[in-house]
Amino acid sequence: MTNVEKKLGSVANYVDERTGAAAWMKKNLTKVFPDHWSFMLGEVCLYSFVILLLSGTFLTFWFDPSQREVTYEGSYAPLQGLKMSAAYASTLHISFEVRGGLLMRQIHHWAAIIFMAAIVGHLLRVFFTGAFRKPREFNWILGVGLLTLGIVEGFLGYSLPDDLLSGTGIRIAEAIIQALPVVGSYLAFFAFDGAFPGEAFIPRIFTVHVLLLPGAFLALITIHLMLVWYQKHTQFPGPGRTEKNVVGYPLMPTYMAKAGGFFFIVFGVIAFLSAVASINPIWLYGPYTPGQISAGSQPDWYMGWLDGLVRMAPPIETHAFGHTISWNILIPGLIVPGILFTGMALYPFIESWFTGDKREHHLLDRPRNAPNRTALGVMSLTFMMVSLINGGNDIIATHFDLTINQIMWGTRFGIFILPPIAFVITKRLCLSLQRADRDLVLHGTETGRLLRLPHGEFVEVHAPISPEKAWTLTSHEQLPALELTETDARGVRRPGAIKNKLRARMSKAHAVSVPKVSADDLKQIEHH
Amino acid sequence: MSNEIEAIKDPGLPAHVHREADTDPKAEKRAERQVAILFGISAVGTLLLIFSYVFIPQDLFIFVPVMGDQNAHQLGLGLGMAISLFFIGMGAIHWAKTLMPDTEVVAHRHEFRSPDNEREDFVKTVKERAGTVGMGRRSLIKKSLGAALGLSALSPLLLLRDLGPLPGKELEKTSWKTGTRLVTDPGDRPILASDLEVGAVAQVLPAVAEGSHRALSDIGKDAVLLIRLRPGDFQLTPEKLAMTHDGIIAFSKICSHMGCAVALYEQQTKHLLCPCHQSTFDVTRGAKVIFGPAARPLPQLDITVDAEGYLVARSAFSEPVGPSFWERNSQ
Repeated sequence: MTNVEKKLGSVANYVDERTGAAAWMKKNLTKVFPDHWSFMLGEVCLYSFVILLLSGTFLTFWFDPSQREVTYEGSYAPLQGLKMSAAYASTLHISFEVRGGLLMRQIHHWAAIIFMAAIVGHLLRVFFTGAFRKPREFNWILGVGLLTLGIVEGFLGYSLPDDLLSGTGIRIAEAIIQALPVVGSYLAFFAFDGAFPGEAFIPRIFTVHVLLLPGAFLALITIHLMLVWYQKHTQFPGPGRTEKNVVGYPLMPTYMAKAGGFFFIVFGVIAFLSAVASINPIWLYGPYTPGQISAGSQPDWYMGWLDGLVRMAPPIETHAFGHTISWNILIPGLIVPGILFTGMALYPFIESWFTGDKREHHLLDRPRNAPNRTALGVMSLTFMMVSLINGGNDIIATHFDLTINQIMWGTRFGIFILPPIAFVITKRLCLSLQRADRDLVLHGTETGRLLRLPHGEFVEVHAPISPEKAWTLTSHEQLPALELTETDARGVRRPGAIKNKLRARMSKAHAVSVPKVSADDLKQIEHH
Repeated sequence: MSNEIEAIKDPGLPAHVHREADTDPKAEKRAERQVAILFGISAVGTLLLIFSYVFIPQDLFIFVPVMGDQNAHQLGLGLGMAISLFFIGMGAIHWAKTLMPDTEVVAHRHEFRSPDNEREDFVKTVKERAGTVGMGRRSLIKKSLGAALGLSALSPLLLLRDLGPLPGKELEKTSWKTGTRLVTDPGDRPILASDLEVGAVAQVLPAVAEGSHRALSDIGKDAVLLIRLRPGDFQLTPEKLAMTHDGIIAFSKICSHMGCAVALYEQQTKHLLCPCHQSTFDVTRGAKVIFGPAARPLPQLDITVDAEGYLVARSAFSEPVGPSFWERNSQ
């Protein structure tokens, strides 16, 4: 035994005698994690969150969350002598006087943007592969919660510097609160300690941004990861992979080194972006005042879809009995996002309701093998993309030489027309891919070798695919649609007939597929 | 279904393929060196960071092709940090991929559902424990506890009451009053009608006593935009036309949609555009909404000139400015 081993041994002994951790540690250090590039999206979320905590803590050492009016006397000449809030002045101080301050600000902002992008990417991976199915519905809901928190946290974060752009964003948020029927103006006055902007919101959102929400994040992420750990990661179908096992690399050492190394890579890439790509140059915007604005005001990308929806809303307000209801704010700002996010959170339950499938699933679906779900996902994405495009309509207009009106009308119609088209195209594409898989299993791959037959015909030689590949392409199950009749055995209409009809229709749509290769098919091929 | 399962059998995990470094000691040594080099590059990155921090002045700009003028201090720090972090990661992953065990391991899963007897025992335990408390029998306790818990939830709500004042009529008021002078923003200079040429635009605020402080909350309601057109350009009702002065028309600058500053004026078309959500208002027709999500025209301020010829408000705004709210009477 070497000296180091002896020392480690005695430390381990000390800890184990007090916690009994050895058995638990032994089991978990050899825990198996399946490998796939798309599983790294969730890792990027986690790592960028850690980077956000680190860089954010750095920024709090100099940031002064106060709307107290000060006169700027720092080193950035164009703003010298201007009156501004202490929050804005201290952000300038971090950017120009604190060494590495600007780098940290940019790391914090880039990390936030990548954090949100990774969350969305991770969500799409989980959705399109069906990883949300039983027993992982809780984790899906936690994920939707984290996405929502992320949007709020990001918005509050870029609002803190109190520059002209961010103040405009807060103004819009205030208008949404104010638009709530009955309680709106009360809530707005409570949130802002009086009329907008007041002098209270920067200190208040600072507390929410650095304490309340990060705390909630930590709690939710911990539960999210504990569930991943306990339920074991899902895996893609393939040779030797079943619903009953998990195939991959053990935590120690391979997975630990890969995941730990990946943290440094994510951090390195974010640092590189922050070194070379300027983000949120607040000194160019100037301090916030409600009477001014700059053209091309844009939120960060993850708010863009919301802004786009608000922009495309028709100008509808109800004026009656001395009251005003702003549908042009409530529908795009609260009702539509509310429906979207609720629907997303409930999707695992809706799907298992109409498939009638209550079994555990640990093998992922290849997106093509669940055409209806994939089409639904692409449809939602299309909706978001159309909204996002309209959120940047002013920028797009100047860059592509279009008018705002053309883009606005295009997206006003597009938001209704394009998602269903995307659904149909995606579903057909999935079925075509299934057909291609079927051909591949039955006829093998094209070799590119041409053969001339004695009677002159040219044929291409096909080579059979490997048994591993054939298994991967055919191991998925194809569940038949639920058979739900409107009437019971005696011909009496069942209660909830509409619900049943809907369920049957959804189930039928979900079960559409190209039959995969069966033993009969293979036998027939042999006869050829 | 069973037919399909039998069609193609699971061939099982493919055999493990050895890497070069697993069999060739030379390759192993080479991989080891590569990992060490990657970690070495990381150390160089940290040195670059230290060098930039200590020796490069914060105000030094250098020209970098493609990127243009860059702050050398910031660039050095950032690149140093990026290199030092990125190559630690590369080293670790290269190490894992070439030298650490790469045999895939199979672990088993177990169904999460507890065995039936455990579940029954659980239900029994819960029932027994609940029985000892007598929750079912003691309805007085149950009801009073429920009431007490419900009531106690009121206290945080109550304690948050002082977050802000009640709105009252605050949202409906601005600082504009009869006779308030219009002054330039910035500059605080009163304006003669002749200061504005046809086609000109000016942002104005109500005059305040010398040296007194103007709160942002006031600017958020008081900001007004002056635009001068040819009097013949207007297509207004007689009442609205009477609110203009010699071709000068004044609108609240706070958007009637979500309160952004309506700052973009297009001289040719005489349209005002809000940069937030592109609501477009036609100045000649009293800021009528001609495009976008805003549902109401911008409120118009009634203006005239005082004895000295300076522009003043003839009266306060006749309706609330800014975005809508429940109590707003918009009829």
